[in-house]
Amino acid sequence: MPSNATQGDGHFVADVEETPVGAVDSFDESSKVRTTWSDAWESMRSRPMFWISAVLILFVVIVAAFPQLFSQTDPARGCLLPDSNGAPEAGHPFGFTRQGCDVYARVIFGARASLTVGLLATILVTVVGTVLGAIAGYYGGWFDSILSRVGDIFFAIPTVLGAIVLMSVLPTRDPLTVALVLSLFAWPQIARIMRGAVLSAKNADYVQASTALGVSRLQILIRHVVPNAINPVIVVATTSLGTLIVAEATLSFLGIGLPTSIMSWGNDIGQARTSVQTAPMVLFYPAAALSVTVLSFLLMGDVVRDALDPKARARR
Amino acid sequence: MTGQTTVSAATSATDAASAPLLEIRDLEVGFTTQRGFVPAVRGVNLTLGQGETLAIVGESGSGKSTTAQAIIDLLPGTGRVTAGQILFEGKDLTTVSARQMQDVRGRLIGYVPQDPMSNLNPVWNIGFQVEEAIKANGVAQGRDARKRTIEVLKEAGLADAGDRLKQYPHQFSGGMRQRVLIGIGLSSRPKLLIADEPTSALDVTVQRTILDHLETLTRDYGTSVLFITHDLGLAVERAEHLVVMYKGKVVEAGRSTDILANPLHPYTQKLVSAAPSLASRRIQSERRPETTEHMDIASIGARDAHLIERADEREAVTTPDIITVENASKVYQIRQGGFKTKELKAVDDVSFSIPRGTTTAIVGESGSGKSTAAKLVLKLEEMTSGSIRFDGTEIGSLSGKDLLSFRRRVQPVFQDPYGSLDPLYSVGRTIEEPLVTHGVGDKASRRARVLELLEQVALPASTINRYPNELSGGQRQRIAVARALALKPDVIVLDEAVSALDVLVQGQILDLLTDLQSELGLTYLFITHDLAVVRLIADNVCVMQKGRIVEAATTDEVFDNPQQEYTRKLLEAIPGANFHFGR
Repeated sequence: MPSNATQGDGHFVADVEETPVGAVDSFDESSKVRTTWSDAWESMRSRPMFWISAVLILFVVIVAAFPQLFSQTDPARGCLLPDSNGAPEAGHPFGFTRQGCDVYARVIFGARASLTVGLLATILVTVVGTVLGAIAGYYGGWFDSILSRVGDIFFAIPTVLGAIVLMSVLPTRDPLTVALVLSLFAWPQIARIMRGAVLSAKNADYVQASTALGVSRLQILIRHVVPNAINPVIVVATTSLGTLIVAEATLSFLGIGLPTSIMSWGNDIGQARTSVQTAPMVLFYPAAALSVTVLSFLLMGDVVRDALDPKARARR
Repeated sequence: MTGQTTVSAATSATDAASAPLLEIRDLEVGFTTQRGFVPAVRGVNLTLGQGETLAIVGESGSGKSTTAQAIIDLLPGTGRVTAGQILFEGKDLTTVSARQMQDVRGRLIGYVPQDPMSNLNPVWNIGFQVEEAIKANGVAQGRDARKRTIEVLKEAGLADAGDRLKQYPHQFSGGMRQRVLIGIGLSSRPKLLIADEPTSALDVTVQRTILDHLETLTRDYGTSVLFITHDLGLAVERAEHLVVMYKGKVVEAGRSTDILANPLHPYTQKLVSAAPSLASRRIQSERRPETTEHMDIASIGARDAHLIERADEREAVTTPDIITVENASKVYQIRQGGFKTKELKAVDDVSFSIPRGTTTAIVGESGSGKSTAAKLVLKLEEMTSGSIRFDGTEIGSLSGKDLLSFRRRVQPVFQDPYGSLDPLYSVGRTIEEPLVTHGVGDKASRRARVLELLEQVALPASTINRYPNELSGGQRQRIAVARALALKPDVIVLDEAVSALDVLVQGQILDLLTDLQSELGLTYLFITHDLAVVRLIADNVCVMQKGRIVEAATTDEVFDNPQQEYTRKLLEAIPGANFHFGR
């Protein structure tokens, strides 16, 4: 009698064959091995946005690494004034700058400087922020107090504003100094996030279990706490790669970032500004390259956040 | 039935007289997940008459909560009803509009959620939240609503309701918050009250008063109650009718006393026999050579005489104490804003000792200091005063090498099976960690030891490459036990190690612990709030209250002849304590 289960005082018992009792808490050995990372990968690869941004990022990286593959024109030489603000022609699909340089070639060769500064600054910011944030969150005490206040001070200064002031007094300007100056003002964000994540990870039961096993405090920090707190940092680092590239372009646009001898999108945009009314496309191409690059890193950051943050994943 | 016509108005007098209040027919509910459609409730039937109480019992994942949530259309996430009917006063709730459902919910069907801590909004005061519910259900408006709010809270057992309206949830204890939620649930005199594990988060004594009160209220109003619970004792004590669910299906249903005295379905039989109660006896190891016949947990109750004898023998043998705690105290300084601090005595002048090879349980309610006591023994917290000796050595002053060798011999297993394993560590690496830390063996010999440990905790060798997120709570707890065993310790401190587990899994882990104890000669310090579990595993018991040990004796003495009023209260509060389960 499968239906009308509880009528009156009847004592209903389901058919045992229909409801077989399985072993208690048995382990399904045939199931797929799943790590946190493999779960994140599964989540990412099912999203078209991941593939779009991955392909774009890969393309930009290849362009930055091997610009010769994409342009035979040497952008530094062969700028002829008669070509000034010239229209596109065969072999020069984007036209010419005011100096008569090939815009396409400059956009291709400019990728390297923008990406180098962005990557360098991101790596610096991430390493410094992670280490300081982890130590502050884990050990607390006076180091935490000092670091938090120093972080607050830097946090109050907008990255670009601080960088403008500092760059205008520095004697040398090259990709390394620009990256250093940008990281100087951008690390507190990562440090704060890392500190918060470490604060919650260090109270986990598995940390106590390790303590009771006799693992030293430093070992626990390195082996358990940092790996479990790093996810939000990875997310923010991916996103800030995009914003730091923009910051470099801003500085170069203002003429205090990379020197004009180094080709970068920021420089190109800055120089194109003067002739924007007569030759708007000269400004458009480097700006578009910058936007697409930054956008793809921001999109990637978004996808990574969804994959590494289970709460965001559940909401989808 | 549009606009103002409500569901209750639609119910004709003829229906109400003959039809049951709630009738669920062939209900199917499922969830859409990344891995496809997953059925959670598969063809459930149940009937609840006016004024009756019914309990749905099952383990986690059995579909009991999903069934309840389907009734009031509060299925979480992607859940939806795919087939069947939910007839409330003859009207099918699966077909009504969201608007009409809103009218049913709260006004006709009240709901008391599980967790009193997260179900009240912390930024609004209690009075506001109760009043909001009263207004929303159209019970009263304006000044009357405020008056009714006080009435409701008084009925729910908050005597000083008038003064406490302006207080916020954090100023209420868990039990009082649950009273508020019950008050809200009953504020509009609903015909049906759904209580989803209403007291699982509370101490037994608080649970008892709350359930007593709920019973009085619903009897007075003639409210039907649908309990959702994992606790068989609670079900038999509080509900006339019982529905046992397993893997989304009803496996047995009927009068609760009938079912629990005479369970017919094999699953119910398993469940009933594993339910710890005061009538149970200490689990004996199956692996002992003298008990060669195969005994599962189901036959524990049947061996009483033999086991009492065994227990007496064990008590008669005087074994040296491996841990001696003398006058241990732990005082926390609590900051009270500004420079003021208050002293909180978490552990207050506590003394006990643990004989080698036995199990001592520390039992107490939340805030009794039992977990702090465990941390003192583990030296995870420094005591403020007193002495703890382990195997003759004072642990208070241990450091460096001596501390490391102490850690090697005293190991913990924690409560939360989801928190105590590093999610980024594979099972093999987790169990290997203590061996690596103490520099035991080389890579190959460590792997061999890990495999041996997995076998000891009855997990297949293939789990070595798995990660915690693939394992159930019980399996994780086995891993935690394996990790604790890796260094061949003398003592394992189990802090609520089985409290989060379903009763069958809990029984399994308790069996495992008992077997390991007799095989390896382990000593256990078992921290728990659950007296029924104490009876299954412990030789000696210390009852803690407000940081002090109020009673300490052998398990049988404490259970059969409690000396302290507090202990008696605790024992009486165990749901279904005196019910004789069929075994």
